[in-house]
Amino acid sequence: MKEWKSAKATLIWVVLATAIGVPIAFAAGNEQLAWRGPVYILAGFAGIIALGLVLVQPLLIGGYLPGLSAYRGRRAHHWIGGALALAVVIHVAGLWITSPPDMIDALTFASPTPFSPFGVTAMWAILAVALLALLRRRLGLRLRTWRLVHIPLAIVIVAGSVVHCLLIEGTMETISKAALCAAVLAATIKLMVDLWRKRTLRGESS
Amino acid sequence: MTMVVLNRRSLLAAGGSVLATGVLTAGVSGLLLPARADGLAPTETMSGGANNYRKGAPVVERIGKGGFWMSGTVRRAGDGAPLAGQRIQIWAHTTEGQEHEPQSHGATLTDKDGAFRLEMPQIIPIFGQPHGHLAYDSGDFKTVFLRPVMRSAKETSLEAHFVLQPA
Repeated sequence: MKEWKSAKATLIWVVLATAIGVPIAFAAGNEQLAWRGPVYILAGFAGIIALGLVLVQPLLIGGYLPGLSAYRGRRAHHWIGGALALAVVIHVAGLWITSPPDMIDALTFASPTPFSPFGVTAMWAILAVALLALLRRRLGLRLRTWRLVHIPLAIVIVAGSVVHCLLIEGTMETISKAALCAAVLAATIKLMVDLWRKRTLRGESS
Repeated sequence: MTMVVLNRRSLLAAGGSVLATGVLTAGVSGLLLPARADGLAPTETMSGGANNYRKGAPVVERIGKGGFWMSGTVRRAGDGAPLAGQRIQIWAHTTEGQEHEPQSHGATLTDKDGAFRLEMPQIIPIFGQPHGHLAYDSGDFKTVFLRPVMRSAKETSLEAHFVLQPA
């Protein structure tokens, strides 16, 4: 029983590392990189890493990653949220430097590329959550209020990021990209279901 | 080639109606050409078409080392008459340079049938779409910027068609 538990714990971490590591490795081997400048490459990978962090976030806060206490999971969720915001800023800044008119089109929702508005929407949701998280104590937001704000924004982040990423024809390999996106969706749906169940249970007991 | 069953588009189709709608709209609007010959409507500038444009790119035999063909036609709005000797400027992110760099830009002239064809380096996807840019910006007719998208990054040619109206 104990052996199975530790094997399962190892398996979960290996699957997580694979889900994030394999798409990054494939992208790193993409021939298109040869024709991109360093800033554009950095911007692209910041985006891929950001998607990986979007997968980690629901897993951390849901307590699905073995070996992490609820407290440490929450702390990690906060720090990774900050890292996610930073990755998105690097992604956008790098693309801006690479081609200012294309980035301006994207930010003003005037881009011909169908994926841009999804990415820009997710970006604003990420920045909003990060800002609110920083100010949460100062604003005196209670857990319930915080969740009321954070959960819908988290859904926007996940949906926006996944659509954005799937529509892009870039350095990511198609199947590993789709698998990572599926993992992001699965983790988010699992967390939402669990939160909903807990809510229902609490409702019954009170 | 037939191995690549799961491409971007098939993923999209599976990805739900939201995605499908977005791509259909983007795809169809680029394909719609005015059908009536007696009242041929002028081509509208495409959104993002003018991005990284450099005015006055020289007429060249070929952009860089070539290997990729950009072609199209230039006609007059209304009667659809082919327009000869019209200068079309072409640029893209290619294997030989980024979109804004001078060596990525060149121009060509239409022949007596209003057709143009310019060899350029292979286009590489930039900003998530493999696409080229074309401009008519010579003054006799209203300026038009086009931004055609390739079906796949592996394609080695791309077409764009202009219907111009007097300035």
